[in-house]
Amino acid sequence: MHMNDYRETTMLSRVADSLYWMSRYLERAVHTARLIDVDLQLRLDQSPDAGSERWLGLLQALQVPVPEDGAIDAESLTHLLTLDRTNPSSIISCVAAARENLRQVREQCSSEMWEQLNRLFLQVKSTASSDSGLLDSYQFFRAVQDGAYLFQGVTDSTMSHGEGWHYIQLGRFVERTDAVARLIGAHFSRFPHPLDQAVESEEYLEWVALLKSCAAFQAYCKAHTAELRPLRVAEFLLLNPGFPHSVRFSVDMVHAALRAISDLTERKAEQPVRIAGRLRATLSFSQIDEIMASGANAFVDSIRWQCNQAHTAIHQIYFDYSVESALVA
Amino acid sequence: MPEPAHALSRPPFRHYQFDSAYDEMFEAPGIPRPHYRALFQTLLDLPPEELRKSQQAADLSFLHQGITFTVYGNSEGTERVFPNDLLPRIIPHAEWRKIESGLTQRIAALNLFLEDIYHSGKILADGIVPKELVYSCRHFRREMRGLSVPRGIYVSICGTDLVRLPDGSFAVLEDNLRVPSGVSYMLANRKVLKKVFPTLFRDYGVCPVDHYAQALLATLRALSPPNSAARHEPTVVLLTPGVFNSAYFEHTFLAQQMGIELVEGRDLLVHDNLVYMRTTAGLRRVDVIYRRVDDDFIDPLCFQRDSGLGVPGLFNAYRAGNVGLANAIGTGVADDKAVYAYLPQIIRYYLGEDPILANVPTYMLTDPSQRNYVLEHLDQLVVKAVGESGGYGMLIGPQSTAEQREDFRRRIQAEPRNYIAQPTLSLSRAPCFLEGEAQARHVDLRPYILYGENMTLVPGGLTRVALRRGSLVVNSSQGGGSKDTWVLRA
Repeated sequence: MHMNDYRETTMLSRVADSLYWMSRYLERAVHTARLIDVDLQLRLDQSPDAGSERWLGLLQALQVPVPEDGAIDAESLTHLLTLDRTNPSSIISCVAAARENLRQVREQCSSEMWEQLNRLFLQVKSTASSDSGLLDSYQFFRAVQDGAYLFQGVTDSTMSHGEGWHYIQLGRFVERTDAVARLIGAHFSRFPHPLDQAVESEEYLEWVALLKSCAAFQAYCKAHTAELRPLRVAEFLLLNPGFPHSVRFSVDMVHAALRAISDLTERKAEQPVRIAGRLRATLSFSQIDEIMASGANAFVDSIRWQCNQAHTAIHQIYFDYSVESALVA
Repeated sequence: MPEPAHALSRPPFRHYQFDSAYDEMFEAPGIPRPHYRALFQTLLDLPPEELRKSQQAADLSFLHQGITFTVYGNSEGTERVFPNDLLPRIIPHAEWRKIESGLTQRIAALNLFLEDIYHSGKILADGIVPKELVYSCRHFRREMRGLSVPRGIYVSICGTDLVRLPDGSFAVLEDNLRVPSGVSYMLANRKVLKKVFPTLFRDYGVCPVDHYAQALLATLRALSPPNSAARHEPTVVLLTPGVFNSAYFEHTFLAQQMGIELVEGRDLLVHDNLVYMRTTAGLRRVDVIYRRVDDDFIDPLCFQRDSGLGVPGLFNAYRAGNVGLANAIGTGVADDKAVYAYLPQIIRYYLGEDPILANVPTYMLTDPSQRNYVLEHLDQLVVKAVGESGGYGMLIGPQSTAEQREDFRRRIQAEPRNYIAQPTLSLSRAPCFLEGEAQARHVDLRPYILYGENMTLVPGGLTRVALRRGSLVVNSSQGGGSKDTWVLRA
């Protein structure tokens, strides 16, 4: 192997692991911020007692256990999901974890990336200590989303699109696949609306909220107008090949990142590539009415399960392989 | 040039104070030294508001870049920004030449000393340095006896602390031969100052320091083992104790500047006496390790057994000559503060030259008469533990309480070998921009010396500042800060 190729591909397993998790945590933080942002707006349009059921759904979609005292109101829920350090999925916990992961590998990223993530963290932290009514406004949640988008842009334009960058892509889209699939599953269980009828009145807002939670409302309207039919919504969020928050798009990106990493490391990574490839084929060739006939939940559960398998396989091949196997190779 | 008295009545010098210490800027109140004139004039002309803004911008940029250090024993807010002062410390060319030759001489002698005591021990047999002193040192590593290190270089990276005495001469306060830190702040400070005073900087003709990382990489490569497959492009890594180490920022910074991998102990493994790192593409051989982990923690099989920071088997790989380490193991014996007292004799013994840079007078507490003198004058002296660094384990007599002195008296009597005493030095003072004006603070100077194929000193160093009024302690862990050091081209 030529020396220069070798330099290109040296990446510590620990570093790859940290980049992957940094990206997952950040994606998780943005996802949570977007959900709360949407919820805050929805709250304004609904009667006060409509909240608690939706909040339970929100907690379920974010995999956050319901607080033991069972008391959830707008304020405590927002706090739990935003600034509560004891909740590992809160925005502040996720941004801090993302930063801590990047801090451990900061010589691997560009200084612009580190500065941007550090700035986002300091901003979230100062909100946590100021204890102001900031959380009632959408501004904080918008700032978290903007900060993360900016980080993504900075990453794409200042970091080499080499192996490290592909781990970042991988983390982001593994997380996104899982989060969007979960959201769709939770929503379709709560609203068993006839699939091919346009939704109306009160419920309409809930479906708008689902799309907005995936940053998809405007893109959906462009494709299908503002008339919302559950089947079309499901198709758009699950199978649309071009929309960056659809499950299919995310799986395509996971597959592409895995292929690239497999090529760069010259390692036979059959298992994760195979799992992602199969998932990709499933999403490319499935028909939405078939999927919905056997239930949206069963389908997203199967996707999440396979996604999790891909994650485990990545871990075993790149991050935590046994020394014996590596010495033989 | 304004009248001296008049100049000192104007901001930012209105409250500038003088005492018996050497002042870096002024040769007499209101009269700047020739090499400080341009800076002095700039400060008189510049509205203090302007400087204050620059200081704020610099502080913020340090915070955003995360140029921080970690304070031990403090759980909340363990990351702190290392305070940076905007006013440069200026060193004329001739003074630097003397520092350079003095340090080159000193590091050469220290390396010869280390090679000697780990091999035949001639200097001990000749009675120049007492055997007991060397063998009783906590940092002496028996495991290193008879082991030959690449090029015979033990200390490849050194940061020596210099102080300027009231007569204007420089003296060596401490040799840091283990894992000296701070060089990243030297580089960061320079970057900031170039932004704050671009014109002044250019007009002054300051020697550049930006090539430090490149020089460090060349030094490390020179330590590559002869049997390495990648002899011409050896794989060099920087071994850090991890993100909780106080100098973690520096580790990441240097690794990035050199373009080498930053590894932790868990990233490395030893198989058949070869060192590998665990990469996503499998295992890769490592040729040279710039280790920022202390001897004690580097290999749990050989040294401290419960260390999770090191690499099991590393010492055997080193013994087998399969990996280069910078610095070598066991260099701490030569910066023991009691061995330090013998440096003038060590230099004469190996090089047949008189030391160019003086030592600070040091009382050996194992000697009964010196010990008695010290115990009677604890309120005037500085007492230091011989194996400590970073300003820990230290008594500053004139600023101590009776209780602290009593504590040190007991400790000295229990373990006299563990302590030395020195007169309380009046470190030189330099103007710092604090609370919106120029104030005099004590400073020292830590230049960095690299020794690979040849010896390199990057012209400059870290000027550390005791930011608390009246304080003599410049260590970052004890409330110190730093400022850029300008070595002039001519």
